[in-house]
Amino acid sequence: MNQTTSVSDPSPVEKYRNNFLKEVEANVEEGDWVKMCMQCGVCSGSCPLGSAWAHPPQELFMMIRAGQREEVLRSESMWMCTSCYSCVVRCPRELPIMHIMHGLANYANRLGLAPKMNPTKRFAKLFWDNIAATGRVNESRLSIKLYFMNGLVSGIKTAFAMRKVGLGMLKTHRLNLIGFFRAGGIKEKNQLQQMLNKAYEIEDKRKGLS
Amino acid sequence: MTNEVKVAAYMCKGCGLGERLDTKLLVDIAQSEGGVSICKSHDYLCSSDGIATIRDDIDNQGVTHVVIGACSRRSKTEAFNFSATDAGRVGAADEATKGVAVARANLREGVIWSQPDSDDARELTQDMANDYVRMACAEAKFMQQPVADPERGANKRILVVGGGISGITAALESAKAGYEVLLVEKTAHLGGWTKTFHRRLPAKEPYAHPHDNDIDELVNQIEVAANITVFLNATLTKTSGAPGQFSVDITTESGATVTENVGALVQASGFTRYDASQLPEFGYGKSPDVVDQIELEALAKSANGPNGEGGIARPSDGKMVESVVFVQCAGQRSDKPGHLPYCSGYCCNVSIKQAMYFKDQNPDIDTNVIYTDLRTPGNSEDFYRSAQLKGVVFTNGTVNKIEVNKIEVNKVGTEGDQLSVNFHDHILDQDAITHADLVVLATGQVPNSGVDIESKIPDANDRADNTAGQSAQVKVSVESILNLDYRQGRDLPHLKHGFSDSHFICFPYETRRTGIYTCGPVRRPMDIVQSIEDATGAAMKAIQAVEGAAMGRAAHPRSGDLSYPSFRKEGCTQCKRCTVECPFGAIDEDENHYPVFNESRCRRCGTCMGACPVRVISFENYSVDTVGQQIKAVDMPDEFDEKPRILILACENDAYPALDMAAHNRIEYNAFVRIIPVRCLGSVNLIWVTDAINAGFDGIMMMGCKKGEDYQCHFVSGSELAHERMSKINDTLSQLQLEPERVQTYEVEITDIERVPKLINDYAAKIDEIGMNPFKGF
Repeated sequence: MNQTTSVSDPSPVEKYRNNFLKEVEANVEEGDWVKMCMQCGVCSGSCPLGSAWAHPPQELFMMIRAGQREEVLRSESMWMCTSCYSCVVRCPRELPIMHIMHGLANYANRLGLAPKMNPTKRFAKLFWDNIAATGRVNESRLSIKLYFMNGLVSGIKTAFAMRKVGLGMLKTHRLNLIGFFRAGGIKEKNQLQQMLNKAYEIEDKRKGLS
Repeated sequence: MTNEVKVAAYMCKGCGLGERLDTKLLVDIAQSEGGVSICKSHDYLCSSDGIATIRDDIDNQGVTHVVIGACSRRSKTEAFNFSATDAGRVGAADEATKGVAVARANLREGVIWSQPDSDDARELTQDMANDYVRMACAEAKFMQQPVADPERGANKRILVVGGGISGITAALESAKAGYEVLLVEKTAHLGGWTKTFHRRLPAKEPYAHPHDNDIDELVNQIEVAANITVFLNATLTKTSGAPGQFSVDITTESGATVTENVGALVQASGFTRYDASQLPEFGYGKSPDVVDQIELEALAKSANGPNGEGGIARPSDGKMVESVVFVQCAGQRSDKPGHLPYCSGYCCNVSIKQAMYFKDQNPDIDTNVIYTDLRTPGNSEDFYRSAQLKGVVFTNGTVNKIEVNKIEVNKVGTEGDQLSVNFHDHILDQDAITHADLVVLATGQVPNSGVDIESKIPDANDRADNTAGQSAQVKVSVESILNLDYRQGRDLPHLKHGFSDSHFICFPYETRRTGIYTCGPVRRPMDIVQSIEDATGAAMKAIQAVEGAAMGRAAHPRSGDLSYPSFRKEGCTQCKRCTVECPFGAIDEDENHYPVFNESRCRRCGTCMGACPVRVISFENYSVDTVGQQIKAVDMPDEFDEKPRILILACENDAYPALDMAAHNRIEYNAFVRIIPVRCLGSVNLIWVTDAINAGFDGIMMMGCKKGEDYQCHFVSGSELAHERMSKINDTLSQLQLEPERVQTYEVEITDIERVPKLINDYAAKIDEIGMNPFKGF
């Protein structure tokens, strides 16, 4: 850096300043644990899917400290977490790493920064819409929606491939086809909707989201 | 002491000795070949009845020397102690009943436990036992029970050099134990570096926050203590004498000198700050906003002083600091010229503490610690965790460069510096830049240990220019601390990087000058807590030294030994080898270049005895004769008997215990070896090699401790010297048409329990290969 700069006008995002760390602390579930990471890398080494992650947990934590907000929130990495708890039980600093991963994914999703076509994200959305509508999971609808997530042709292919499993489940009364047509669910569905709306409102207010 | 020698030998039959060996034959050998006047056997010699038998002979038969044919000399030491200081002995103080010398024939560990219990092996096992009895009888005749040095001094005052936290602790601890203390401090006030610190690292639960600096309270304790005399603005201009009788010249700034007599010294000369101006890449010297840890303590202290409000201001323009970067390992753990090659160990904790200065005052201040390995041993891990909780950010990276830019105008309207820290993030593997109002460099400690007396180039100016490619040398001060009036130099020998030499694992406080102990950062880099612990240990050693010196007893590792070296002046050729090679600087020279032994400085290793080419140096119970006669006493089978003989000279500190432990584990070894323990391999005189070759030994194994930079030798350089001397023996061997393999030197550790028997067996096989000693029978 040869040119003189002014303190009142620093470079657009000052890296390695705690701004993003503080945001994560305030807005991400269990986000206040991120600062306690001591960068040993046991989480990354323990993750059974570690090689599939662009940024394993240790790296995500460092990126948060380094102020790499966009890279973290747009990352597919935390969506790869399968909640196996390997990292949580091994972390010498006892960080709830798995919960932080889910917290980050959730926060990215709320901000609209999560990668649009991420399959985990899409399935999570299907699941949430399914359960939030009636208060109970409708398995027939969830499966069909999941199968046809990528269009009619791939849906038919998937359903065909899974036909033996489906028929088996039907025979043993593990799958209720009538449920596909009749919604069912809890009593007083509108009260569940009110509760969820209130929860959204409280969270949005606290985190400053619209 | 009576001049008449009356040797009595006692053969034990316990622990299986009676079944495995022909005890009657051993008794016969002791009498016919060993020439003892009384010889008895006993079923359990170490029982009270056995001991009473020996006592009775000493008291009523005038026995002066006792040979015990039983277990190793390392076993039953209490039972077979017939020295004058033996507490249970009636009339022990009486001149006429002075203690007797004891020689031990190691029949248990050395013979029956290391040999197979079979009919085939019986003959060779008995041969071994016979020889050990012959050897012990020969040794006994040339031994004398030592009496304490009559010239010993009994001054019990302790002089502490240095008035920092280490020196203050050593002085207070010694004074509390009831000893009179002299405390010499170079500057005008006590407290040292510690006095300049804002707060201390935590020393107790919960290890979460910096502690108040309590140095003023400690200084006050020194000032009110009745038995501590403080000399300020003073240095030692001459130190001479020995433990229990040191004479020290203390010179104050005004030039006035007082001479004091003390019993022991504690050197707590601490450290000098690493010169950060050697780190231009970090902007040190280019901006006042780049400081080292000690300067930050001063900033924090003045910010929290009577006129400050706790906030630390940027030195360049007085703006309140909003962001700080701590650079760990600045000029440390690096081979670059001028850098410290070692880790100072305390600086990670200090940076954590200093980051807390900012966070505790205002949590919004950004604090970033850039480290490569954060080292927070022990309870400091809690301190590290506490800092993380407080929001201190830790970044794993290496700082490459810190750029300093002038800021034209900032909000306050003053001119300040802007620092750009260029570093490599090791986790994200990327180069990054972060800006900071203040940068703190974690530079290390350089020991203040005086002149390097073993330096090849003693001149300071010559030392500065290092040859490229060599690992960085640490510059150490060239001002002497102790000004010792010793033949070997003015200060304590250094080990590495200017830190004083000690046997780091076994005897950490001991230096290579008996009665002078070091503590604090002069030994290794330390923080306050470690220095306090260290100084307490050194004070205890100093107390031990004055008490031991008053009784004429040796310091470690032969603690309590009353023997001391004496020399036959008429035989001395003034070759100076003993004065040069003594690892402890115990021997001075008189004006005619004769050695002057300072008995109380001596550690009784016998390195001088091993060095002496004319063999005039000896101890009362350990001499060229006590070992030489054992070598000659071995019964040598002739060439055609197919019974070779191998002599093993084993260091009594590591190799001999390893052999004993191998026997405890019943690990068998070759029956042709005859083992003689030596005080240190350094005490091995070359005449013993000649004696052994002439006596017909087919091979000689020497077992000493690990030598070199990471030496384990209990006498520092004894093993090294022995290896050096033996390497020169090859010429002599070849002149005699002997194979060089006939004399071999080995490094043996005390844990080599399985290796030692293997070494012996391999060597025996080799001797079998090269054949018998051609000098056998001449």
